[in-house]
Amino acid sequence: MARTSTPIPIQSVGGKSAAFEYLTTKKDELVGWARKFSLFPYPFVTACCAMEFMAVSSSPYDTDRFGAALPRFSPRQADLLMVVGTVTHKQAPVLYKVYEQMCEPKWVMAFGVCATSGGFYQNYAAVQGIDRIIPVDVYVPGCPPRPEMVIDGIMQLQDKIARSRHPIISKDF
Amino acid sequence: MAAVLGPLQLRLAPPDYAVTLTRGMLVVQLPPEKLLETVKLLKSEFHFDLFLDVTAIDWLPKAPRFEVVYHFYSTSHFVRIRLKTPVPDADPTVDSLVSLYGAAGIMERECHDMYGIGFRGNADLRPILLYEGFVGHPLRKDYPKLQEQPLVPYRK
Repeated sequence: MARTSTPIPIQSVGGKSAAFEYLTTKKDELVGWARKFSLFPYPFVTACCAMEFMAVSSSPYDTDRFGAALPRFSPRQADLLMVVGTVTHKQAPVLYKVYEQMCEPKWVMAFGVCATSGGFYQNYAAVQGIDRIIPVDVYVPGCPPRPEMVIDGIMQLQDKIARSRHPIISKDF
Repeated sequence: MAAVLGPLQLRLAPPDYAVTLTRGMLVVQLPPEKLLETVKLLKSEFHFDLFLDVTAIDWLPKAPRFEVVYHFYSTSHFVRIRLKTPVPDADPTVDSLVSLYGAAGIMERECHDMYGIGFRGNADLRPILLYEGFVGHPLRKDYPKLQEQPLVPYRK
């Protein structure tokens, strides 16, 4: 029985060629690799988790290994918003404004159980998790979280960045 | 018990005052009309020169509903004193102590935030811990425990 070789048609998706898709994927990998090792965090520090933030950003734990060592104290220069501590309703407009001031691409880490879910504060004052106000990429629970947990959170965020698409170039490539 | 408290107890006589000793601290219950003159007496004659705190208690089913609680400290006798005065729900107002202690202004603002106690004579009762637009007084017993008043609209 003779095999009939039919050529596989190069499908075009959305008017783009497969070669375009391939190059775009490779480009996303490249940009993701570059971005995941250059996270400039903006510490939005409100409460006692700040102590643990200082511990994790100091030399014994060395977050410089992940490119996340240099805190930028201007949100316009930062990629990663680390919300460290309890956020109250009175403070929520400030947090929202800081998030809005950050340039794309931007990621948010909820550091500690208060930023994650409000923690043990459930009353008139505390926001029950910052994801009610701004989108959150990685949650690090704990009261306070161990430095290992924070580093694990940074690594998970790095994986997420490496896996996601990075549309920095126009559709014409 | 500090030596100053004996003469003080003689000055704070019934029927206006009810004086008890709780864990070594003198607790004076007095009507709200007597508050200002009593604090003047404490400050001028007994050297209670440090205003520590003012707060309130909400005894919701009871009447009078509120009790305003003051603490003072004497830096020369090294002793504290507590004053308690009942305040009705209909008109929860007492005299302000700003004229005697400057520090009272800020603490009365907090008490006004949390319990809605009015302080006659304090011209600046803006919110200090709460924010403009907050409805109600969160430490009152009838404030719903889970009621939030967010300033930023929630997502989704």
